[in-house]
Amino acid sequence: MEEIPSLQHPVAAAADLAQHSPPAETPSARRRLSRLKERFIEALLFLAAFSSVAITLGIVGTLVYESSTFFAHVSIREFLTAPLWTPLFSPPRFGIMPLVMGTLVTTAVALAVALPIGTVVAIYLSEFAPVRVREVIKPALELLSAVPTVVYGYFALQFMSPLLQKVFPGLPTFNMLSAGVVMGIMIIPYVSSLSEDAMRAVPMSLREGAYAMGANRIITAIRVVYPAALSGIVASYILAISRAIGETMIVAIAAGMQPNLTLDPREPAATITAFIVQVSLGDLPHGSIGYQSIFAAGVTLFIMTLIFNILGYILRKRFREVY
Amino acid sequence: MSDFKHIIAKRKRQDFLFNIVGILCTLVGILTLGALLADLLIDGLVRINWTFLTSFPSRFAERAGILSSWVGTLLIMIVTAATAVPLGVAAGIYLEEYARRNWVTNLIEINIANLAGVPSIIYGLMALSLLVYQFRLGQSVLTGGLTLAFLILPIVIVATREALRTIPQGIREAAYALGSTKWQVVRHHLLPYSLGGTMTGIIIALSRAIGETAPLITIGALTFIAFLPPPPIKGQAPFVSFEWLTSPFSVLPIQMFNWVSRPDQDFVVNAAGAGLVLIFVTLLLNAIAIAIRYRVRKRIKW
Repeated sequence: MEEIPSLQHPVAAAADLAQHSPPAETPSARRRLSRLKERFIEALLFLAAFSSVAITLGIVGTLVYESSTFFAHVSIREFLTAPLWTPLFSPPRFGIMPLVMGTLVTTAVALAVALPIGTVVAIYLSEFAPVRVREVIKPALELLSAVPTVVYGYFALQFMSPLLQKVFPGLPTFNMLSAGVVMGIMIIPYVSSLSEDAMRAVPMSLREGAYAMGANRIITAIRVVYPAALSGIVASYILAISRAIGETMIVAIAAGMQPNLTLDPREPAATITAFIVQVSLGDLPHGSIGYQSIFAAGVTLFIMTLIFNILGYILRKRFREVY
Repeated sequence: MSDFKHIIAKRKRQDFLFNIVGILCTLVGILTLGALLADLLIDGLVRINWTFLTSFPSRFAERAGILSSWVGTLLIMIVTAATAVPLGVAAGIYLEEYARRNWVTNLIEINIANLAGVPSIIYGLMALSLLVYQFRLGQSVLTGGLTLAFLILPIVIVATREALRTIPQGIREAAYALGSTKWQVVRHHLLPYSLGGTMTGIIIALSRAIGETAPLITIGALTFIAFLPPPPIKGQAPFVSFEWLTSPFSVLPIQMFNWVSRPDQDFVVNAAGAGLVLIFVTLLLNAIAIAIRYRVRKRIKW
């Protein structure tokens, strides 16, 4: 059977024929060649898809390999319990907790801003706003997450800090509060866009049921639509948490670079990410303790985001509603 | 009866109140974006001129410019796009059109979802250990470009898959019915028809890569560099040179970070100037992406 060059541009079709014609004298030889080509292409495409697995293996492998030399001379017990993180001073202390606290406090501040505002925006856009308002507002909000984070760092340091200093007199220039607030605003669209998509996927009949029982829009949104869309909403919250934990430049610029074991967001403190940036900026000989310590910090960061991602996966399954 | 009216009035008031709260919350985001742009413009617009774009960094704030960093950003983006686009589109095609439902496919899909949640600085650590030291690529343009390519790969894959998914099954069946092989269907029909959606995703991914700072700092990009990489085009044969791939580099966001962390207020003005250039480029790319998406949506009616 002849291969029919279907629905193609004539020139492209001719080129295609010319391409696999020379050795193909008989139709069966040609078909075999064409099948070989198909196999080859599929193999190539598979390799491309599999490269993402190779990247993950690369990440896990290097983190384990490089931090294993670190943990060869720092006990995990000291790593988790020592109250000081001064790997580059003498005597060095290797307690990761001050950095973990810095990360958790800035994340908590960011979530305190992003989750309520993002959820309200999502409910507003999905249940209240006219279609034309939504079509304009949604992409506009998404621009918030397109702004480079280093620009947000500048904004937190040069705009948000002086602003918050008027509210809290005595607030230092570098503090976790302004970094956290700006980070929170940055992740609003992660919460609002994904939650709104989830809420809009809730079937109209559920809302109509609520309206028929005499509920108004806001009651319908809170009691019917929000619970029905919870699976997607939780996914958006988890994404926001992951982003906040891994965010680097805002905290590196605006939250200060000193490890500081505190729960007070008004103080300056370094996060895990800020520490990695700080050490990387200096001269970093391969195999030195500074070099190893950023991988130990990286492992901690990776495990923290992994825990939240797994938690998100479980919660999503749990709250999944099928219509 | 009056009770009833009372309840109705109360419920309407609730709705009205939430409407106001919703608008206010939306405004928080929009106004912040406005304040950020205004802040940058007020601080940095004085610095935007030809010398700023064509000067190397300097110890003196007024003479410092962003030449080496924007050239660095451009070169890094070339490597990133040249790696992430073919790899990501091919992976997307495989997963959407070829993959059988088995555990390998499941593994790849779960893996891509997880990669999207890995903090960008972790990619930097991986590249530092693997590319810089194991593969001995050095702290070069090539390493930087590959690092960002790994970072945006999940975005490109997801965008490609979504674009392919919008093409109706009938198109594929029609092409098969005329005797096309699978690759011919992909090459002559699915790729052209999904081009708009894929392009949108690629542009958004690249705009994200342009703003990335942390992974490049981690692999050891320079914060002060007063020379340009060797040019890719030479006077004598063979006319092209890939020496620039091995050159050290800096990028715009790192230059901005370097200036913003100095105590001297004059350099903060430079930081704002660099920020303006950076935000202009990212917003421009996003606008292009939105325009393409809009046109594709309007033009194609299945």
